[in-house]
Amino acid sequence: MAKRIDVEGLNAWYGGFQALADVNMTIEPKQVTAFIGPSGCGKSTFLRSLNRMHEVVPGARVAGRVLLDDQDIYADGVDPVAVRRSIGMVFQRPNPFPTMSVRDNVAAGLKLNGVRKKSQLDDVVERSLRQAGLWDEVSHRLNRPGGGLSGGQQQRLCIARAIAVEPEVLLMDEPCSSLDPISTLRIEDLIGELKDEYTIVIVTHNMQEAARVSDVTAFFNIAGAGEPGRLIECGPTTKIFTKPDDTRTEDYITGRFG
Amino acid sequence: MAVAAPTSEPLAPRQTREVRRGDRVFRGLTLGSGLLILILIVAIATFLVWKAIPAFRISGLHFFTEKGWFPDAKPAKFGVAAIAFGTVLSSVIALILVVPVAIGAALALTELAPRRLGTVGGYVMDVLAAVPSVVYGLWGVFFLVPKLIPPQRWLSVHASFIPLFQNKSNTFGRSVFAASVVLAIMVLPIVAAIAREVFRQVPRAHREAALALGATRWETIRMAVLPPSRSGVVGAVMLGLGRALGETIAVALVLAATFNINLRVLEPGGNTIAANIATKFGEAGIVGREALIASGLVLFAITLAVNMAARAVVYRSTRIAEGKV
Amino acid sequence: MAAVIGPVALTRRRLSRAGLGLIGAGAIGATALLFTVTDFQGVVDFLLVAYLLYLAGQTAVSYRVEGSRSAKNRLALTLLVSTLFLALVPLVAVLYYTAQRGLQAITPGFLTHSMSGVGPLDSGGGAYHAIIGTLEQVSIASIISIPVGLLAAIYLVEYGRGRLAYWIRFFVDVMTGLPSIVAGLFIFAFWVLALHKGFSGLAAGMALAILMMPIVVRASEEMLKLVPGDLREASYALGVPRWRTILSVVLPSASAGLTTGIILAVARVTGETAPLLLTAFGFDAIRTNPLKGAQSGLPLYVFNQAGSAFNVAVGRAWAGALTLITIVLILTVLARLLTRRNRLV
Repeated sequence: MAKRIDVEGLNAWYGGFQALADVNMTIEPKQVTAFIGPSGCGKSTFLRSLNRMHEVVPGARVAGRVLLDDQDIYADGVDPVAVRRSIGMVFQRPNPFPTMSVRDNVAAGLKLNGVRKKSQLDDVVERSLRQAGLWDEVSHRLNRPGGGLSGGQQQRLCIARAIAVEPEVLLMDEPCSSLDPISTLRIEDLIGELKDEYTIVIVTHNMQEAARVSDVTAFFNIAGAGEPGRLIECGPTTKIFTKPDDTRTEDYITGRFG
Repeated sequence: MAVAAPTSEPLAPRQTREVRRGDRVFRGLTLGSGLLILILIVAIATFLVWKAIPAFRISGLHFFTEKGWFPDAKPAKFGVAAIAFGTVLSSVIALILVVPVAIGAALALTELAPRRLGTVGGYVMDVLAAVPSVVYGLWGVFFLVPKLIPPQRWLSVHASFIPLFQNKSNTFGRSVFAASVVLAIMVLPIVAAIAREVFRQVPRAHREAALALGATRWETIRMAVLPPSRSGVVGAVMLGLGRALGETIAVALVLAATFNINLRVLEPGGNTIAANIATKFGEAGIVGREALIASGLVLFAITLAVNMAARAVVYRSTRIAEGKV
Repeated sequence: MAAVIGPVALTRRRLSRAGLGLIGAGAIGATALLFTVTDFQGVVDFLLVAYLLYLAGQTAVSYRVEGSRSAKNRLALTLLVSTLFLALVPLVAVLYYTAQRGLQAITPGFLTHSMSGVGPLDSGGGAYHAIIGTLEQVSIASIISIPVGLLAAIYLVEYGRGRLAYWIRFFVDVMTGLPSIVAGLFIFAFWVLALHKGFSGLAAGMALAILMMPIVVRASEEMLKLVPGDLREASYALGVPRWRTILSVVLPSASAGLTTGIILAVARVTGETAPLLLTAFGFDAIRTNPLKGAQSGLPLYVFNQAGSAFNVAVGRAWAGALTLITIVLILTVLARLLTRRNRLV
């Protein structure tokens, strides 16, 4: 299921402002890859260009190639709707659909894809919620609104919703930044479990988090205000955090800036 | 409060008292202005009731069942049955015409148009809302009514199996249907503007959640935008209804006033409470004016009820939206 | 683990722009054919039939090529965009037709002559007296409603808490939906009947003030809410009392937005006809004193002339409508330009 992502010469703009310049990297399947770097370094933009969510913002565009197991998701004839179904996303703030029940939130993506049979939907809902480690907490209130859960539960609900459509890659944009420490720990454990099945990419502000959950870390940086973000260095997490090749990475890791 | 006792450099007692008095006077002034608006509503109701009582004395309960309007005849004979019916009928048809267009246009502006076009669209809606109703009425009589004759004839021929579209008079023109089209055009910017605000309240995160699941644009609208907007849109439509019910001048110009209860909307004739006041006021005698005030009281009661219900719905929906963001 | 929907192909056959153009051309061609062989006619009919054919064609082809989800998406988005255009049609039609008829009918003396001594069949005559009336009535309405509205808005933003503020806000909102004819009836019942004051420009001004007040309150409230709290606190920290802070810090920093809201409110009531009918009543000659005696007003003038059966009068109605719409549009655009330059957000 999990697929590999090769990025070649990726640039991204918001209107006239270039947010990201010339990124080349490979993201391996069944591993957790973390993007770190100071605010505005383009790491979230990069993440959003991996499933064509970047272009949803008015005026935003992307140039370059993103290969999902050798298939360019920006090639002609590629349907962004299909790309987003294959590459799931979890956002910074939990965003369950407020008017839908827990069950409907998880089943939302399946219904889009034409799954109508109740038994089938129920199976997937249970399986996804179990995978997201939420089943025991919500199994007795599947029909209650998703907005009524706690922040950490909502975020796990969003993860369940994302994996219910059986994606190949799971992108997470600072998934723990709005959560308390205990909820954060649960999500981090969950990420460790999910990597057996998915390619996982996580953007994080928190370097300890990157060190805890990721196998590979990529460091992004900007040269100054108004400059585009660039990929500085990418390598095994242990190496990035102990003896990085680039002095800028070292400065950031050791807290000299950022 | 702003005048909490300063610690380092205490003010002289007199000065503090003056400051307090200034604050109290100003606060009282603002509160008085706010209360004036509550008082105004009560005053409107009171004076309309007071000056309508003589008319109610004459007509009694027939005021609600009588169709004709001859308050200055001897004996006087008048009631709101026909005009209240016409008011509701024309407004409801106007809403049926306007709701899909207004909601569609609002969705197109918030969900599909590039941001700049969305802003321009907002300005255009402002301008549409600012065009005076007398201009719509004038345009309605001389431009729209003739243009609406062929489609009305077509409906009466091909859709006459629906009783609403039968036309036994076989003349076409100043019908309730034509008035409803003018009303629809007039309330369109109001409904569209409020609906647009409602849709804009939906956080972008919900749209992105749907898109990231692999929803198409339309599926995103259905999944993430419409459900939380439902009560807000209902409120917008009800506010449009309130506006249509009370619209006077355009209807007075377009309709050929008759006093009957007729569901065949393509036939010329029909009347509304507001239009009746506008057309009958100039020639009305003493009883005639009191009778018009009585009919105005009915209109006031209906629109007040509709507007209060609409606002209550909108308030609830924005509270829900704010609570959830 | 059993896949329920399984992996999807990323690429999919999609309709190109050229393909859509081809469907459009086909729809127009088919319509043209239909209109030549049958007795269908008319420009609007042609466009309607062509549009429906295009919708059907697009949906059918998209369903075959792209699948049902895309076909539904395309159909829905096309319909949404169509409603936007449909909503714009009346605006263009009203403005264009009013300009055309008004320019035909307007005479050099229109803005400088009254209707005094002009019979229903006479040409000539103008709206001078009505313009004077409107200026006076709207000024009176502004003098009453702007201070009251502004103060009420200040109460809601700066002082109002709890139930009372909630109800004031609620009824201000309800008042924005008050039918204008009811405002006129109220002033008629109160001022003309109960107080025996007679019809006058002042009465009209009061009726317009009732309509204007809630608009001013709501617009001002929105603007005052945008003033950042830090600004107020900085002023309190200097020991400035609250009322002085509001007058000298809060109001000035919101002034551009407040002006915009007030101008839009003025534009709205300038076009009101129904209340004038019951309070100013209408008068053919120039009357500069708004305190006593019936008066005309521009919207009322248009209404009265439009009700006439004679073409000269209808011409005057169009000229009046053009004048009125020009005033209202200038005010609206002016208001928008003001906020564009001074945005407080």
